[in-house]
Amino acid sequence: MRIRPSHLVTALAGLFALNAAWADEVQVAVAANFTAPIQAIAQDFEKDTGHKLVAAYGATGQFYAQIKNGAPFEVFLSADDSTPAKLEEEKAIVPGSRFTYAIGTLALWSAQPGYVDAKGDVLQKNQFKHLSIANPKTAPYGLAATQVLAKLNLTEATKPKLVEGQNITQAFQFVSTGNAELGFVALSQIYKDGKVQNGSAWIVPASMHDPIRQDAVILEKGKDNPAAKALVDYLKGPKAAAVIKSYGYEI
Amino acid sequence: MPLDASDLGAIWLTLKLASLTTLILLVVGTPIAWWLARTRSWLRGPVGAVVALPLVLPPTVIGFYLLIALGPHGWLGQATAALGLGSVVFSFSGLVIGSVIYSMPFVVQPLQNAFGAIGQRPLEVAATLRASPWDTFVHVVLPLARPGFVTASILGFAHTVGEFGVVLMIGGNIPDKTRVVSVQIFDHVEGMAYAQAHWLAGAMLVFSFLVLLLLYAGRRGKAGWS
Repeated sequence: MRIRPSHLVTALAGLFALNAAWADEVQVAVAANFTAPIQAIAQDFEKDTGHKLVAAYGATGQFYAQIKNGAPFEVFLSADDSTPAKLEEEKAIVPGSRFTYAIGTLALWSAQPGYVDAKGDVLQKNQFKHLSIANPKTAPYGLAATQVLAKLNLTEATKPKLVEGQNITQAFQFVSTGNAELGFVALSQIYKDGKVQNGSAWIVPASMHDPIRQDAVILEKGKDNPAAKALVDYLKGPKAAAVIKSYGYEI
Repeated sequence: MPLDASDLGAIWLTLKLASLTTLILLVVGTPIAWWLARTRSWLRGPVGAVVALPLVLPPTVIGFYLLIALGPHGWLGQATAALGLGSVVFSFSGLVIGSVIYSMPFVVQPLQNAFGAIGQRPLEVAATLRASPWDTFVHVVLPLARPGFVTASILGFAHTVGEFGVVLMIGGNIPDKTRVVSVQIFDHVEGMAYAQAHWLAGAMLVFSFLVLLLLYAGRRGKAGWS
């Protein structure tokens, strides 16, 4: 049998029909710091609702640019509250869908056990060579880190030692590979089931920086997708809240 | 002036990095290219392949390996520490090491082609005139391979200017040390400072076009890079 174009069309149509059967799939743009929790939440969400969650992880500023330029995301879990607010002003979201899904906790972390003390005095001693932070211009955790340093009067003293990751994931990477002895990371990156998983850390008191409010929105593209609505409702529910808290976030 | 001090700092740093990298690559790459062009050893294939690797590897792979290897637990990192150089990650020297690896094929391959094109004959003639191998290399090979050196320098320089992924992964975004133009543009875009991003990105576009124009206009009628 010769394959004629019409066969191909039929085959393709079949594929699309198959795809349509899974139509309740939600495309989510997720702030890098929320990677681990959303993966845990996604499992429960898919089991409980039958919808499918497809996540992309990245930096908030980058997602903003992509969303403004037609990216297919339906729900956006931002690392801050200003980017979702900006999208709301620009009418790129479903009105009234913006809410705070988590409040981030900052931690000073070292991959070496015993390197960071429980009060963060290691910063005052200033005997390290590199202190890793996320880019304060683009990442809320980076901004919070600079506020903490300012509060401790260490801005000038640490300036020559700062290395910046483009996002919180990279700030973490610099510390975990040992290239920076310590760094400010998101507690969610090192925390699970109520304790710091490895190395040593100082959990920075929330009073030392502006709150890292992480807001979520349903984007314009998700307005008719029941799975988008379901995900947002699920994030507000008690089951997701328990997971979110277990990674060290406040709600 | 649409470019601020940090933009200018990034431009200056990028030019410094590209110049130094090109210089090192000409010194290191010439013997490698010469060997690759002349040898009959079975090692020719493997060495040629290793030199060409950065052409196909994503910069993230090179950046990731460098971050591990140059770090305090990596063998290169321990070597630099033993030499009293400390760690080179997050430093200008680290970027130079990364760039030399990353831009290697862009310098070695044009040189290799140029050396190959010279053929056996001029070397034999030089030998019959009792020229020493060094003499032959300096007075016969180098002048004949001149176009190859020009191409190699331009490509090595331009490719280093265009480097992004490796620098992003091992640089740490430190002003005047590791924040090169491509990273600065990324920063502007991430920070939603699109106007500043446009100025720098536009400058890069014009620069890259002019470099390639220089390269192609200077070699009318010839195909490929040599």
